[in-house]
Amino acid sequence: MNMYTIVLIAILVTMVLAVVRALRGPSVYDRVLAVNMFGTKTVLFLSVVAFLSGRRDFLDLALTYALINFVGVLAILVFVQRRFSVASSAKSED
Amino acid sequence: MNQVLDVLSWVLLSCGGFFILVGGIGALRMPSFYTRMHAASVTDTMASFLVIGGLILQAGWSLATVKLVAIILFLMLTSPTSSYAVANAALLSGMKPDTKFKANKGGRES
Repeated sequence: MNMYTIVLIAILVTMVLAVVRALRGPSVYDRVLAVNMFGTKTVLFLSVVAFLSGRRDFLDLALTYALINFVGVLAILVFVQRRFSVASSAKSED
Repeated sequence: MNQVLDVLSWVLLSCGGFFILVGGIGALRMPSFYTRMHAASVTDTMASFLVIGGLILQAGWSLATVKLVAIILFLMLTSPTSSYAVANAALLSGMKPDTKFKANKGGRES
């Protein structure tokens, strides 16, 4: 049905915008924000495709991807914060 | 009855698509990081709620609806949390929110 294609196009355009924000983002946190947005859009993309193609088992993929995306974003944040604290402590030592 | 459900889910899906676009454009055009983060995460949560709500109306009383409700619950819990985590990490690492925004100059410092 065409109502799914409208939402799919909107999701794809937003994914492109998120990639542009990731490439252009000055700080690392802009990139983390773009990755987070991209992940959530993938979840929506998967669930809409599940209904477009009639195969309802894609919803499990969408749910799993929502879990993984959340853990991934938090992991990136912990890594980035640890790198800054190591850098600042290294500076304070020498 | 089925016609009403179709029209209602069509309205929900198109509103969700609109909010998704607003979030994408907002994340791209906002001047500073925190405004960008606000634009992206607010519409992010709203859009996923609308889109999956529209899908739930399409699925009716079936296993797919249970999965969709699970997705919605999980997104409603984690999306604000991850946005908070990003903002908190940015603030801790020393990114100052710009306070000297001039309203009439389109957000650029004078």
